[in-house]
Amino acid sequence: MSAPGSHAWLARHELRLSWRDWVSLLTAGRSRRLRGVVIAALIFLGVMHLLAFAIVAPLAAEGLAPDRETLVVISGALLLSLTTMISQSMDQVTRAFYARGDLDLILSSPVPASRVFAVRMTAIAVSTGGLTLAIGGPFVNALAVLDGAHWLAAYGVILAMGVIATAAAILLTMSLFRALGPKLTRAIAQVIAAIIGAAFVIGIQVAAILSIGSYARLSFLSAGPVMAWMPDTSSLVWWPARAAMGELGILLVIGAAGLIALALVIRLSASRFAANVIAAAGIGEGGAKAGRHRAGFQRLTSKQALRRKEWMALRRDPWLMSESLMQILYLVPPALLLWLNFRGSVGSLVILVPILVMAAGQLAGGLAWLAVSGEDAPELISSAPVSAGAIIAAKVEAVLAAIILVFAPFLTALALAAPRLALVAGLGIAASALSGVMVQIWFRAQAKRSRFRSRQTSSRVATLAEALGSISWAGTAALAAAGTWLAAGAAVFALITLACAWAMSPSRSFARYGPA
Amino acid sequence: MRDHGVPRPARERFGTTVEAMNEKPFALEIRALRKDFDKPAVDGLDLAVRAGEFYALLGPNGAGKTTTLKIVAGLLDPDAGSVSVFGVDALADPIAAKRMISWVPDEPMIYDKLTPYEYLEFVAGLWGVDASLAERRARDLIEWLGLAPNAHDRCQGFSRGMKQKVALAGALVHEPRLLILDEPLTGLDAGAARQVKEVLVERLGDGVAVVMTTHILEVAERMAERIGVIHEGRLIAEGTLADLSARAQGGGASLEDIFLDLVAGESDAA
Repeated sequence: MSAPGSHAWLARHELRLSWRDWVSLLTAGRSRRLRGVVIAALIFLGVMHLLAFAIVAPLAAEGLAPDRETLVVISGALLLSLTTMISQSMDQVTRAFYARGDLDLILSSPVPASRVFAVRMTAIAVSTGGLTLAIGGPFVNALAVLDGAHWLAAYGVILAMGVIATAAAILLTMSLFRALGPKLTRAIAQVIAAIIGAAFVIGIQVAAILSIGSYARLSFLSAGPVMAWMPDTSSLVWWPARAAMGELGILLVIGAAGLIALALVIRLSASRFAANVIAAAGIGEGGAKAGRHRAGFQRLTSKQALRRKEWMALRRDPWLMSESLMQILYLVPPALLLWLNFRGSVGSLVILVPILVMAAGQLAGGLAWLAVSGEDAPELISSAPVSAGAIIAAKVEAVLAAIILVFAPFLTALALAAPRLALVAGLGIAASALSGVMVQIWFRAQAKRSRFRSRQTSSRVATLAEALGSISWAGTAALAAAGTWLAAGAAVFALITLACAWAMSPSRSFARYGPA
Repeated sequence: MRDHGVPRPARERFGTTVEAMNEKPFALEIRALRKDFDKPAVDGLDLAVRAGEFYALLGPNGAGKTTTLKIVAGLLDPDAGSVSVFGVDALADPIAAKRMISWVPDEPMIYDKLTPYEYLEFVAGLWGVDASLAERRARDLIEWLGLAPNAHDRCQGFSRGMKQKVALAGALVHEPRLLILDEPLTGLDAGAARQVKEVLVERLGDGVAVVMTTHILEVAERMAERIGVIHEGRLIAEGTLADLSARAQGGGASLEDIFLDLVAGESDAA
């Protein structure tokens, strides 16, 4: 039994809370769902293993020697995991400073703040590595079965990378705190986390577009000029890949380096933890200034007032940026492709259309959730002399206007290069965004805006319908852009998906708004 | 003599007699109201409040007070009964009724991301108040409630008392004729509570009807002209403090004694 206040005692407390949070996230607070969630997780793991075996089998059949080509592909996958993990850790480290939760209670106790910091940061390292293992594990297992047990060392590499990613994230966040102060750090850290998370994938895509004129990442990595530029197999650059392939000596070095780095960073930063947490709390207490304010009230109708309120709330949401920025960042490669094709052939522009349509659907769904389910004062809105239909309409308009703002530049550029494709993309974006919004309206459930990240858990049907809707509208748009009548079939499928979602939804109309 | 800084009941303050009050139109008429959840929350409730009257609705936890007020505010549909606000059938024409009503719950309905100034502009827009008029009222309310130093700060760091004052300003910016308050003084410090009470009394002078639930019986005792006691969804007693005192078996000296006596008597009878 660990002594109260010790590292182990605090770790047990964190573990218990994390486990309950995790279960609550998966079951949306309904314990009856737990069995279903376990079954779904097993099915997911099964499907992931099937997928992993299908992908790995041809590679294993050819033989996976530690040559440069294999090392490049493995290092690419590891680098992708590392950037994602740094992004994820940075987001969690930032939240550890700003989300109050039980910090007030803990920091007011005689337990040293540095100890709390050490435990929380270690927990972030474990969870970061754990999540990547859940996704990468099936591939490691497939490699171990098909090519040899030495591949199991990849588990160790992923965990070590989780530790290194967390150390880097702490270092980055603490540096931001020191350089920018608590107010700017929250916003900037989210931007940096999103950029780091997307950087590798986007970077590879951009490089592939610039060099071979297409999205093909693997073709780019194994292309002659890239391979020629890569160092020899004995280089330190390949150590993580070689460790993943079973070189235990290197694995031990990487693991030890990760642990030492994390321990050092925690030791150096722990003393600043309490001060930073208090400083972060201070930005709330001080009441953030709204910036310039107009001299007088504007003449507004009820719907205009609602729309304006939604835009202000979206603009000022401190966490929305990190949630949406990644989706927008992934539009950079298509934008580049568009730019490169501006004077060239229209052919490869077709690929842009489904990407834009799908991104619009996902973004619209997220924003609609914030506007409808994440309404902060539902009773105020419900008690106002405005019809339920007008309230919903105003919120839908606010979301669609935000979507137009994001996608208009792409559509304008596309219209200059290929007017027909722009028309198809515009219609697809409208359909996809409307689908995402409608699903959120039908499945609305009152929730705090801060639950945005876990909104998918409140209704699996809504999540599935939103995803299927945007995918099928993207398919429709892609087929329409390619000029085939098969687009009609895809559109019918999208409409059937929506009809099914409507039939299964708890609120099948616009007629009611609020708790009634 | 105790002086809690509570303004005198409206009748005394404005010299309104009971007879004069009875000549005023009904601000709120509830007839045979029913609402069932797992069990009846409101069970055939009849209640009437006149314009310019301060009516306190008391009852133990779960008595049906908030459910009743939510139905009046259009936040819940009743299973049966009628609700009329200044002669408008609130169930048949909720929009027209809502134009005259303000609802202030115990948890302030405000937006952390808006400033008090922006919040009032938003609420005024929702209720369709003329912009220049709304702005004048907003400035007065902000000044009056002591919010001026923070009028352009976002509400996210405000204390509960300040948030409640912002919510109250929002409730008053469209000049409602019926003000419904559900535990508005919960968590307020003495200074903030006094400001809220002063605002309410001032509005009574303008003919606004106030219906308020509170667990602070002293406030009901000192401010309300009539008090209704609700228990298990039914109105078990109603009248002035003197009327209730006469009805209570123990003839208690304070409203607390009377209230406990009435509720205990009703529970025993059940």
